[in-house]
Amino acid sequence: MNWTLALPEIVLALSGLVILLAGVMQKRGQAFFSCTMMTLFALVVTAALVVLSPDGTGYSHVFINDGFARFMKVLALAGAALSLVLGIGYAREMEIDKFEFPVLVLFSTLGAMIMASSGNLMTLFVGLELSSLSIYILCAFARDQVTAAEAGLKYFVLGSLASGILLYGISLAYGFAGTLDYAGLQQAVRGSAVLPAGLMVGIVFVLVGLCFKLSMVPFHMWTPDVYQGAPTSVTAYMAGAPKIAAFAVLLRVMAGPFGSMAHQWQLLIEVVSAASMVFGALAAIPQGNIKRLMAYSSIGHMGYAMIGLAAGTTEGTRGTLVYLVTYLFMNVGAFAGIVAMRRKGRAVSRISDLAGLGRSDPGMALAMAVFMFSMAGAPPLAGFFGKLMVFYAAINAQLYGLAAIGIISSVIGAYYYIRIVKIMFFDAAAPALDRAPVSVSFVSAGMGLVTVFFIVALGPVATAAQAAAAALFR
Amino acid sequence: MNSPIEAIGLTPYLSIGAILLVLGVFGIFLNRKNVIIILMSIELILLSANINFVAFSAATGDLSGQVMTLFVLTIAAAESAIGLAIVTVYFRNRGSIEVDDITMMKG
Repeated sequence: MNWTLALPEIVLALSGLVILLAGVMQKRGQAFFSCTMMTLFALVVTAALVVLSPDGTGYSHVFINDGFARFMKVLALAGAALSLVLGIGYAREMEIDKFEFPVLVLFSTLGAMIMASSGNLMTLFVGLELSSLSIYILCAFARDQVTAAEAGLKYFVLGSLASGILLYGISLAYGFAGTLDYAGLQQAVRGSAVLPAGLMVGIVFVLVGLCFKLSMVPFHMWTPDVYQGAPTSVTAYMAGAPKIAAFAVLLRVMAGPFGSMAHQWQLLIEVVSAASMVFGALAAIPQGNIKRLMAYSSIGHMGYAMIGLAAGTTEGTRGTLVYLVTYLFMNVGAFAGIVAMRRKGRAVSRISDLAGLGRSDPGMALAMAVFMFSMAGAPPLAGFFGKLMVFYAAINAQLYGLAAIGIISSVIGAYYYIRIVKIMFFDAAAPALDRAPVSVSFVSAGMGLVTVFFIVALGPVATAAQAAAAALFR
Repeated sequence: MNSPIEAIGLTPYLSIGAILLVLGVFGIFLNRKNVIIILMSIELILLSANINFVAFSAATGDLSGQVMTLFVLTIAAAESAIGLAIVTVYFRNRGSIEVDDITMMKG
């Protein structure tokens, strides 16, 4: 048995346990910083192990390691590490600086990695639940805040419902295909000329469950409330690693087991993708709270990333992967700006609170403007290339309608992104915000540089994404 | 071999699973009173899938469905523990667990 395939996951799980122990041993109230640092170290070590890990399937086919899994795992680890760095100063301000916080992020990332490597519906479900259960707790982590408790409750109820639907779908797929393995499912689907209705229903239920985790329309109801209520560093995490893991599963399942029936689910994906893009663009316009706005923005972004899946080609998958890379970095950067929004020590989150940031903190305002333009898709920033690649793939797959809807909704979406820039630089100044903590400025500046100079890295990233996509369609 | 599943077939088992699923989903959406009932409904949904797994596993003679059931039971236990903890946190803040009161954030 080739157990070394899962070495990164094993190392991460063990270091999670060690960090928990280290947190308990230390004096109360002092463990947060050291545990965060240890978690960051563990995430970096795991990322190195992921890059070095070999190809293959292990544990009687429930675990797959290939280029695609490695790509997604490194992305998820990067998202987790960046949002942890954002949380360092923020957690102290919010009085949520308990050592369980980084450990929960670690276990949630572990779940995301297991999902990315799943070769069996059982691994998929266990990874998904490990990831989700940790996030339910993180949402309600600021337990003296009524909005956080409410966000946690809402996410828990709707998330569990989605997991239940997904599980029911898995049970039907298992019953009608006779196996939980992706490889077995692929044979069952390919072998039958007409699919049994039960298998079809099962596949749709699995799709619904995953679309919920990705907050695609019409399963997005939870997103704005949870994004707004959860502590901002948790929101930054939620918008990154878990989405990447859900996309990893979706891409793998749709390309592998259910790939040969693409003509049956393609329309479904197209509709969900178009609805998410349009809804994300329109519903964000009247928002006054920036965290709610980012929720609608992420609904829209997931819609754009979904275009690549709708295309159903290697090129489309490559587009989705590049889109996820750009989305991850500009999103973490934007959340760095939001985490820094504090006035006299209290967190504020209205868009109007940003007024005058261009004079009081030009560096942060400039970085924020870069992220907003990038999300709107202005060249030559990172977001433009992601959009370009998915639209290009859609046109090559003859999905002209979907590409047109995408372009129109990104023009509409540009309105509310650029409005934030206008408020920061041209509106009458609100009272100045507090100075941002060093870690937040660091993340913001770093992500700003990545977003601006992404064109330099585009070649290597696209090559890596191409290799990952090719591994999926082999 | 005279297992009950051979005597009466799969249909009754799958019907019970489907009925439990529908009950669970309706319990979440139609109930406006109490969050605890929602937790019970979530449990029903997970158990409905479990019944399917065991029934299919017995019918096809493939054991992986029963292994899956054990995993699901464990996960369901963790899920209800976390759910109850979140409900407790919510109750301490609001002093109520009525579903209609969960409307601090809207829009």
